[in-house]
Amino acid sequence: MYTTLILVQTLNGLQFGIILFLIAAGLTLVFGVMDFINLAHGVQYMIGAYFAFAFTTWTGNFGLGLLLALPTALAFGLLLEALVFRHLYDKDHLEQVLATFGIILFLNQGVKVIWGSSPLFVPVPDFLQGSIVLFEGFFYPVYRLAIIGAGLAVAALLYVLVNYTRAGMLVRAGATNAKMVAALGVDIRRLFMIVFGFGAMLAGFAGAMVAPILSVEPGMGDNLLILAFVVIVIGGIGSIRGAFLAALIIGLVDTLGRTFAGDVLRLFLEPGAASTIGRAVAPMLIYILMAAVLFFRPAGLFPVKR
Amino acid sequence: MTRISKHLGLAALGLLATTALTHAQDADPMKVGVIVTLSGPAASLGEQARDGFQLAIEQLGGELGGVPVEVVVADDEQKPDVALTRVNGLIEREDVDVVVGPIFSNILQAIHKPVMDAGRILISPNAGPSSYAGAECNPNFFVTSYQNDQVHEVMGRVAQDRGYERVFIMVPNYQAGRDSAAGFKRHFEGEIVDEVYTQLGQLDFSAELARIAAMQPDAVFTFMPGGMGVNLVRQYNQAGMKDRIPFLSAFTVDESTLPAQQDAALGMFGAMTWAPDMDTPGNAEFVDAYIAKYGKVPGSYAMQAYDTAMLLDSAVEAAGGVGDQAALLEAIKAADFQSLRGDFAFNDNQYPIQDFYLVEVAKRDDGMFQTQIVEQVFDDYGDVYASECKMGG
Repeated sequence: MYTTLILVQTLNGLQFGIILFLIAAGLTLVFGVMDFINLAHGVQYMIGAYFAFAFTTWTGNFGLGLLLALPTALAFGLLLEALVFRHLYDKDHLEQVLATFGIILFLNQGVKVIWGSSPLFVPVPDFLQGSIVLFEGFFYPVYRLAIIGAGLAVAALLYVLVNYTRAGMLVRAGATNAKMVAALGVDIRRLFMIVFGFGAMLAGFAGAMVAPILSVEPGMGDNLLILAFVVIVIGGIGSIRGAFLAALIIGLVDTLGRTFAGDVLRLFLEPGAASTIGRAVAPMLIYILMAAVLFFRPAGLFPVKR
Repeated sequence: MTRISKHLGLAALGLLATTALTHAQDADPMKVGVIVTLSGPAASLGEQARDGFQLAIEQLGGELGGVPVEVVVADDEQKPDVALTRVNGLIEREDVDVVVGPIFSNILQAIHKPVMDAGRILISPNAGPSSYAGAECNPNFFVTSYQNDQVHEVMGRVAQDRGYERVFIMVPNYQAGRDSAAGFKRHFEGEIVDEVYTQLGQLDFSAELARIAAMQPDAVFTFMPGGMGVNLVRQYNQAGMKDRIPFLSAFTVDESTLPAQQDAALGMFGAMTWAPDMDTPGNAEFVDAYIAKYGKVPGSYAMQAYDTAMLLDSAVEAAGGVGDQAALLEAIKAADFQSLRGDFAFNDNQYPIQDFYLVEVAKRDDGMFQTQIVEQVFDDYGDVYASECKMGG
């Protein structure tokens, strides 16, 4: 029984990690390439979920809703870039933090004005309904498997884009030394815009994908944003590969920690104390991990080579 | 043209001044401050309370006990520090006679002392923590909902009566969550196979659900208010567990969350003092009026706020206004009004003595969802802390 539980929890951890990756990928590029702290990245995840809700309700089909939500999230990201972020690239980090925090407040209220503050509901598409039996007595929702599949596909696509295309090459070069790339005659502003829009779309995609399992509500991206920052710190700023691996590590550590911290401690402590301490320690695990990484490898586990 | 509009403006100003004057000549108008959570994930609870209160005021013709009333609404944002600022504003700037609120117990902890210190009356239409039910009870503080533990005690009693032997408890890791688990265990004597404390605000329960599936308990007991409950219920359903492991809950499936949970919550159990389908005087009219005005099925939050307004109405009338606070307090404590719940009286600690029911989620004829009474679990039930309350003595 125990091994199957570990297996199911590993799947859960993977699924969580993949959502984190989709958010962190954009964040790490924006931070790494443009040296721009975008706190509003979590809001783009929320916006993606709301777009998925709006289009799914409108078309009555989740697949169509998702297809429409993606370009809309991209367009929205580009709009934000043109209206606000473009004017902040040359400012220092404090001003970026303040301005993007303002955007969080503005958009959180904005969706509340349009859609209300109650959690909203996106139905799971029919063909992904239900759960499959992994082992005797262990059910796993098909939709969560679909998230894992879709996330891995996006990760593979990103890998190809970043490593084998000209735009990807420029992005990698930008992450290493943006000034030099600009000096070589590349329109760095346009590159920034593309990276930014793409990052916003990835976050929106993550939001749209979780809409059927998590409720869509104002502020839903705020907690994930913190985790996404933990991911890029652990993975190494600007590194897509780092973000991918770190996101999976965080997803697994968090999920497995939540389930098994008490059980592991029970080997050394009496049961009552073990579950109390386990409960207290489990939510801290990822931050302990981050602190350890910062101490031993300040540049992250998989830093961009400079 | 400009001259005409100028004259019109002057006339309007004059009219305004006269209405202001006539208003001031009326019997002492009273002011009620309503402080509830109107933003954040739990905003729908506060909206229900605000709307229920205002519906009652509207039905009473803008008066409480024949005294014109002004209602000032404030949003505590579910943050104790914000609540403190807002409630100080209600007391000092608005000079309210009575404060009605809040929704959450941790907010109550923040606003209780300032309202008591200012000598105003505080009526909680929802939060009923143990902290003010025992030795810390106060003559100026009333609760019109329940003592928090009681609702969880109902589920413990139900689990016991149904012969469940192994129960899995999952609650958020904060005071109300720990109280919930303690309340459940008060009447449940079987085995607690595991007690899981999740982070407050957690939205993905896949890890916990897998653990529940692995342990195969006879039933799950949980307390997940607001957005947490929406997610838990839907994920519980998606994992195919609803038909196999009974879902006993408190504040997890109610009218504030059902619009998002919908079919996923059908057949799940909750505990409450009331349900929209209850056959008590005025209840059907209340539910219909609420739906007509706000387009939603009222939940216990709306009902309790409505009852609070009706209680104030009866008390202000009996005390002949708000001038004599001692008389007003006595009249409130008498609770001489028709509660939508039926039986209602105040205990020594000024928390209610009332009946509790097991409720189940059902679909209404109009396609919306509501909870419905399954059976009465407790009759004229007071809380266990009341004996520690030595008011005035």
